[in-house]
Amino acid sequence: MLGSDAILRSLEAEGVEVAFGIPGGAILPTYDAFARGSTVRHVLARHEQGAGHMAEGYARASGRVGVAIATSGPGATNLVTPIADAWMDSTPLVCITGQVRSTLIGTDAFQETDATGITLPIVKHSWLVQNVEELPHVIKAAFHVARTGRPGPVLVDIAKDVQETEFDFHYPDEVKLPGWRPPRNVHALQVAEAAKAIAGAQKPILYVGGGAINANACAELLELAEAGGIPVVTTLMAKGAFPDSHPLALGAPGMHGSKWANWALNKADLVIAVGSRFDDRVTGKLTAFAPGAKVIHFDIDPAEIGKLRRADIPVVGPLRPALEQLAEELRRLVDPGHMGPAAWRRQVDEWRAAYPLRYDREGDVLKPQAVIETLRDLTAGRDDVIWTTGVGQHQMWAMQYLVCDQPRTFITSGGLGTMGYGVPAAIGAKAARPDATVICVDGDGCFQMTCQELATSALEGLPITVVIINNGWLGMVRQWQEMFYDSRFSETHLTHQVPDYAQLAEAYGCAGFTLSSEDELESVLEEALNCGRTAVVDARCDPEEKCFPMIPAGAAATDVIEFTDLEESVEA
Amino acid sequence: MHTVSLLVENRPGALARVSNLFARRGYNIESLAVGPTERPEVSRITLRVDCSRDALEQLEKQMHKLVNVLRVSTLEAGEAVERELALVKVNAPPSRRAELMALGEVFRARVADLGPDSIVFEIVGHPEEVSSFEELVRPHGVKELARTGRIGLGRASAGRVARTQHVLS
Ligand SMILES: Cc1ncc(C[n+]2csc(CCOP(=O)(O)OP(=O)(O)O)c2C)c(N)n1
Ligand SMILES: [Mg+2]
Repeated sequence: MLGSDAILRSLEAEGVEVAFGIPGGAILPTYDAFARGSTVRHVLARHEQGAGHMAEGYARASGRVGVAIATSGPGATNLVTPIADAWMDSTPLVCITGQVRSTLIGTDAFQETDATGITLPIVKHSWLVQNVEELPHVIKAAFHVARTGRPGPVLVDIAKDVQETEFDFHYPDEVKLPGWRPPRNVHALQVAEAAKAIAGAQKPILYVGGGAINANACAELLELAEAGGIPVVTTLMAKGAFPDSHPLALGAPGMHGSKWANWALNKADLVIAVGSRFDDRVTGKLTAFAPGAKVIHFDIDPAEIGKLRRADIPVVGPLRPALEQLAEELRRLVDPGHMGPAAWRRQVDEWRAAYPLRYDREGDVLKPQAVIETLRDLTAGRDDVIWTTGVGQHQMWAMQYLVCDQPRTFITSGGLGTMGYGVPAAIGAKAARPDATVICVDGDGCFQMTCQELATSALEGLPITVVIINNGWLGMVRQWQEMFYDSRFSETHLTHQVPDYAQLAEAYGCAGFTLSSEDELESVLEEALNCGRTAVVDARCDPEEKCFPMIPAGAAATDVIEFTDLEESVEA
Repeated sequence: MHTVSLLVENRPGALARVSNLFARRGYNIESLAVGPTERPEVSRITLRVDCSRDALEQLEKQMHKLVNVLRVSTLEAGEAVERELALVKVNAPPSRRAELMALGEVFRARVADLGPDSIVFEIVGHPEEVSSFEELVRPHGVKELARTGRIGLGRASAGRVARTQHVLS
């Protein structure tokens, strides 16, 4: 069998349904193998960055490994951003790149770049394959490494001559990776310690990160929260890990989190971190984060424990059995009918009632939050809606106002904050769940970074709805300029004139809509959602709206800024 | 200063992956020695780094996650045998030769090569001895110097082994 065919047989053996990519010189033999036939569907992207984010969206929506394919040189470098994104957000990804012939490697040959070198700090592992006999083992290992332990991206760089070489193909049953031993078990003693601490806490809080979704531990999380009556904050990456509409759900903490979520963390006496990593966008000033709390830290990655905040009780290992055992242990410790920290929950609910999310609903200008609230209401109660976002104000409003009750329904770029993520990620999510309605809440700036993928969406039968929160600005940057740079709006004005997003959508064979007032909001959004094909809604919003509440970078939860200068403070 | 000893798979890129973990965090590797072990498929990396205990712990955990890394241990002074080899080319006009040879003898430094106006000493020992020798010959004028970087193993005596990080249960 040829190496190129072996690549596809290996992907098939891994159960890969779909791969996203763009061909080119060094990967041509493998695309020729696609022409010979494969059960792997290939989705032709318009830019390798798009292919990479599609693979990420697919992975996040499905819980499976995403696959992206590119040629050497510029194909590989265009994949760098999605690889970095997957690295930061622990998204399992196998990237396959063609490489120049092994005889040319190291000679600055046409379209030669050191793909494994460039990506070295942002992959779990990478392989340069120069011997066809290694190929099956390497692909097997690549999938294994991408999905086990803390998930993440891997890169397989395959020399062109390897793809053209005949050999005896046999897909291995087992991987031989003596140095790859992610934790498999949790320490029962540590879990017991954690249960004791929770049972004794007056003001416990679950601080849940994207790891809970990666670990498919959301049912166990729900069990645990209910067993202990423990309020739950879910980070941006964890939105949907715990039902937003559950009474114990406090939503997102952090820079643009709600006051009640941040104050609950601030006043807690016990923080139970679950697959979260004390990111600076969540903690603000680290020394002022949950200053009075003991910390229990659950994580599959030992390197996360104690990285930024000392863990009083570290529990390393897979989250699912860990949380399951913890809930069991906790139920043994407390009396049946035990209600948990009722006074604490009342306190948090009082904050929630007193300081809700607010914006000025009075004026005539369309507010971005109103668009997102309408989208939320139009899809309320449905369990077949998946959201993706770009990066910026619209992303934060989506986090604040959308309601996600299921894991894998809110797909966003957290750690890297990659503008342009939303549209391709939505296409990938649609490939993973063809029956779902996939809606990308995008920014006008973000949309323009990857909107060429509308062609992919239209032609590949992967319809999505894109709602552009069009404020005519790089809004989040504008907000920082207004607040921290004396309103010197340097190079952030995109305008409401160019492009005409509805026309641009039509040019790509999609449906285009424009709206600019609250009266048309519901009807236009409804029409776009029901048009049966890829739709782009240009929602022209207030260019000056800022996202609040906001804790300035490096500040404490108690230094939160609101949209008016209301006197509000957290009482002990 | 800490000495870290790693067993890694003998594969291209293994060293780059390890050294990148230090570089990206802004730590300079003060000394580095890579070589074969008793198993042909395994290499040993011994490196020295100046960082805090906390930083070292983080680095060890990160190294552990590398697919090519089989074992990570920290060699604690007193619990490990540590050695280094240096070649030192010293100015040695005939009038100074005897004095230098005597110095070398004290440190059991071998004369590896002798020229009309210089000597190449070869010294093997604990890295601190090597440094002392270097200091002592320096006033004579060191023309060139090459050190291998330290290598080490946990002591055989008293069954004591270097602290091994079992971060992965
Ligand atoms: C690729 C990339 N470039 C630059 C940035 C910095 N950045 C963060 S948010 C933002 C503005 C985004 O503008 P837009 O998409 O219109 O969203 P808005 O904030 O207006 O909702 C920029 C430039 C980034 N996150 N990613
Ligand atoms: Mg904008």
